[in-house]
Amino acid sequence: MSNNIIIIDYGVGNLLSISQAVEKCGFKFSITSDEKTISQASHIILPGVGAFGYAMNELKKRNLDKIIIQSAKKGINILGICLGMQLLFNESSEFGSHKGLELVKGEVIPIPSIDSLKNILKIPNIGWYELQETENLELNKKNLLFDISYSKFVYFVHSFMCKPTNTKNILAYYDFSEIKIPAIVKKNNIYGCQFHPEKSGEVGLNIINNFCNFNE
Amino acid sequence: MRNLRLIARMDIKGPNLIKGIHLEGLRIIGDPQFYAKKYYENGADEIIYIDIVASLYQRSKLTQIVKKTASNVFVPITVGGGIRSIEDVTDLLNSGADKVAINTAVVKNPDLISDVANKFGSQCMVLNIEAKKKSKDKWEVYTDCGREKTGKDVIEWVKEATSKGAGEILLTSIDNEGTQKGFDTELTKQVSKNTNIPVIASGGMGTIDHLYEVVINADADAVAIAHLLHYNKINLIDLRKKIIDKKIKVRIFEQ
Repeated sequence: MSNNIIIIDYGVGNLLSISQAVEKCGFKFSITSDEKTISQASHIILPGVGAFGYAMNELKKRNLDKIIIQSAKKGINILGICLGMQLLFNESSEFGSHKGLELVKGEVIPIPSIDSLKNILKIPNIGWYELQETENLELNKKNLLFDISYSKFVYFVHSFMCKPTNTKNILAYYDFSEIKIPAIVKKNNIYGCQFHPEKSGEVGLNIINNFCNFNE
Repeated sequence: MRNLRLIARMDIKGPNLIKGIHLEGLRIIGDPQFYAKKYYENGADEIIYIDIVASLYQRSKLTQIVKKTASNVFVPITVGGGIRSIEDVTDLLNSGADKVAINTAVVKNPDLISDVANKFGSQCMVLNIEAKKKSKDKWEVYTDCGREKTGKDVIEWVKEATSKGAGEILLTSIDNEGTQKGFDTELTKQVSKNTNIPVIASGGMGTIDHLYEVVINADADAVAIAHLLHYNKINLIDLRKKIIDKKIKVRIFEQ
């Protein structure tokens, strides 16, 4: 059975970029906000840029929060990208306190604006950083970083970071002025990338390809 | 320490990639698609497109160019020139742009910065500054691609725009642009000092020492390179190696 890849359209985020990356990898996909179409997905991609509270509201307005949670419970492969990853968590403190999809335990907090040496950090952090894999990665059969043997630099742009309650959920982080920021998280069939794989050159395309190739 | 970003800056007039000096005296380089793809394949960390006559004629023709580029260039694309409204921003983002760089319209209406930042996120709102030196430590903001004076002081404008939610600054020195004499390091330093958002130094790179100076002495987070790339005076792969030799941190690019 060929994979049924759905990119969720909820009015937030650059859908063209992610869809062109999926297409470049040779997969067919639909971009939709239709509940019925989403309920038939084998793979769901949840993009997103902008503010947490606003994005969560847009999901709710379209009743998409429930359908994503249902799909997650059914074991559908889900990939949240950037803000889409942050939405998987319990709550965020971006412009007030907002509840998320609560699929991965933990919270979303601001990147510290000062490092341990008292250097002031420029926020949003924008740029290419190398993924540092944790020992949790090897335990996974479904590996987003499968077959990428060269330096894994990927493109980040964010002001807030995820803080999973269970550090076993962190498969990779990156080092921002000695602050370890979770870059890939996973809980069962639910994945999140803090970076933009669709904007991370060949490395990013390989990550998207790996995700779209996941079996049940 | 953050990693320095190497950005290919491509100024566009009509269908063509062009290059000028002091943002004037334009020469046609060629097809932007060809160059964007080449720079992507050589490891450009980002691409910037600026439609340099759009502001003058109050229109932007970049959507088609951006759309084509986004189908085979998988790094962030910033687009500027002639952007006047939320609708213009929406059109460009729907065409594959990741960020927009705005100068003239936000000088006229600074609240547009907050509007863009609130709707699309600060990371999307790049403040495009064209600066011309007035005295030793004073620079004036120009609009319409270096054609119009505004009377605004660059540093005051940086502070105001940062507080309104700009996420990044593309800082072009009109005096140095196209000259290969080096970046305006003092300008970049003063801007970096007065904001906590990333600053892209643009205009004047002729040698790797210029890059070193603006990064080490002026705290630039990124450099925009045009002339050296378009005239094939350096390629990005060699440049990246030389930067690493100088102990500046960048993305390691290998395929």
